[in-house]
Amino acid sequence: MSTRLKALPALALLLVLAYLPYVPVELPGILPGRVNGPGAMQLLAICLTMAGIALSYDVVFGRTGLLSFGHALFVAAGSYVLAIGMSSMGLPLPVAALLALAVTTVLALVVGGIALRVGGIAFAMVTLAFAQAASIIVLRNPGNITGGEEGKSLNRDLMPELFLGVSNAPYRYWLALAFVAVAWLAVSWLSRSRAGHAMAAVRENEARAAVLGFSVYRAKLISIVAAAFLGGLGGIVHAIVLGGSNPHLTTAEFTLALLVMVVLGGAGSKWGAVLGGFLYTYADSRLVGLSGSPVLDSLPGAVGQVVSQPLFILGTFFVIVVYFAPTGLTGLGKRVLRKERVT
Amino acid sequence: MSDIVLLVVTGVGLGALYFLAASGLSLIYGLMGVLNFAHGAFMVAGAYAGWLTMTGLPDTLGVTVRLALAIAVSVAVGALIGLVVEVVLIRPLYRHHIQQVLVTVGLSLAAVAAIQGIWGSDAHPLEKPRWLASTTRVAGAQIPTDRFLFIAAALLVFGALLALLHFTRLGLVIRAGVENRTMVEALGINVHRTFSVVFAIGGAAAGLAGLLGGVYANSVSPLQGGSMLIYAFIVVVIGGMGSLTGTAVAAAAVGLVQQLANYYAASGVGDLSVVLLLAVVLLIRPASLQGAHS
Repeated sequence: MSTRLKALPALALLLVLAYLPYVPVELPGILPGRVNGPGAMQLLAICLTMAGIALSYDVVFGRTGLLSFGHALFVAAGSYVLAIGMSSMGLPLPVAALLALAVTTVLALVVGGIALRVGGIAFAMVTLAFAQAASIIVLRNPGNITGGEEGKSLNRDLMPELFLGVSNAPYRYWLALAFVAVAWLAVSWLSRSRAGHAMAAVRENEARAAVLGFSVYRAKLISIVAAAFLGGLGGIVHAIVLGGSNPHLTTAEFTLALLVMVVLGGAGSKWGAVLGGFLYTYADSRLVGLSGSPVLDSLPGAVGQVVSQPLFILGTFFVIVVYFAPTGLTGLGKRVLRKERVT
Repeated sequence: MSDIVLLVVTGVGLGALYFLAASGLSLIYGLMGVLNFAHGAFMVAGAYAGWLTMTGLPDTLGVTVRLALAIAVSVAVGALIGLVVEVVLIRPLYRHHIQQVLVTVGLSLAAVAAIQGIWGSDAHPLEKPRWLASTTRVAGAQIPTDRFLFIAAALLVFGALLALLHFTRLGLVIRAGVENRTMVEALGINVHRTFSVVFAIGGAAAGLAGLLGGVYANSVSPLQGGSMLIYAFIVVVIGGMGSLTGTAVAAAAVGLVQQLANYYAASGVGDLSVVLLLAVVLLIRPASLQGAHS
């Protein structure tokens, strides 16, 4: 199959998704209200943004084999620098966005440069520590610049009219969709480039890649910086979609959520990361609505209370996936398809 | 002068808590190469087991007796959970380090969510004996008495672990396993059974750390494990993974740096300077931190 044919399903899905704001159908139980209503559009926009951010994390985790717990740091940097640039420094949106991308990239160079001095599990711990430092700074709110636990909202006067208000939810949805498309293209291009091949070689066997003449350190650093750039972009889109930055982006739980998304969907695969990010975010927000439903009330006290926690279901499901479907949902899907063809 | 005494003792007291949390992590990592994210959940489980014991026992027993029993229960619960997790979840994924980490991540998410579901997400106040809540005068400084309890507990655990590692056959196997696991297996020693024991020991220390962390904060909450776990990770990395003495020194250093920086600079700087300390250690001596499983 040529690469053009391979791109067809993704292109078709993109067109279908881009058309959704014109579909006035109700899907009861799946989406709140009409598909093109503001509630459903906002939910889908958040899910798509997270899908793109998961795709950016997969560059580090799935494609280079680095267990990084610091990716939240870069997403949060994109989001917060945008919010601070617009609200505290009064910069227009494009300038603030460029500033956010620049800061994120420099941050990735510094953090990656230091953390890559150790490998394996130690690398995971060090990146986690850096992310935690950022989380502490954001929550301590030095000089009232990050907004502390409240988060920081974007300056509405500097925001283009298009992204504001309930009725403009479709535009935010298209923005999120465009972000996923851009991230998808960037990851495709990166994985076919020389650096991408070096990353894959490092993932498969680091010592062998070094012997073959790849600079392992450089391949890893490029991977971290590229992922941080896309993650920062995701943070910017996240801030625009939600109208501000939220300290939840800096927490260790957020990084763990990214890891869960990528593994659920299937690490090292674009479809896997996007699907995992989308479904996780969707499940996380929809499962909250489940609590208080008649099915749960019929369960005995403690069991119902436990099952009503979205993270309990997602965490348990994640453990099951790690055991029984190590290649994630996309890997499972491929296996099922292949079996059908054989029989 | 009294300021310095106060800061040093409270800093070491904080470090004692970090040591209790990190010693299990360090042993588990050193021997098995497993980064145990569920350690925070072990701590929360220990804290809640202790809290339930405290509130469940009749008031006539006196707070001190109940606290002593609660400590015993939290240690036992921690050990039991550690053992079960190792046998059920970790063992089938032997030698798949990344998958082991992923499983413990999933477990930590699910366990904390389950505790939140049953007992709510708010903190529950933990009773404290009056003598523990008071202060003791040392060299002109009024030091909260509970810090001495933490230090004593940490010294006890440190001594017990050192004795275990150096004077028993099990300790010999663990030390050899940290050094070179393949060779120990080749000599016909069942390392798997040692894994379960190490997980149980780590779980017991975590359970103790969880309850004492609750005493430190005067309450138990489902999220207390998460914040403690990150400092424990930092302590393990700085101390050199798998080295118990290194972990003890690093725990005291991290606790001291945190207290001193929080006092002499602004509040919150202490937490950041700990991360800075980690970065400096990494830049100066990266090779010492790789552990046995580089």
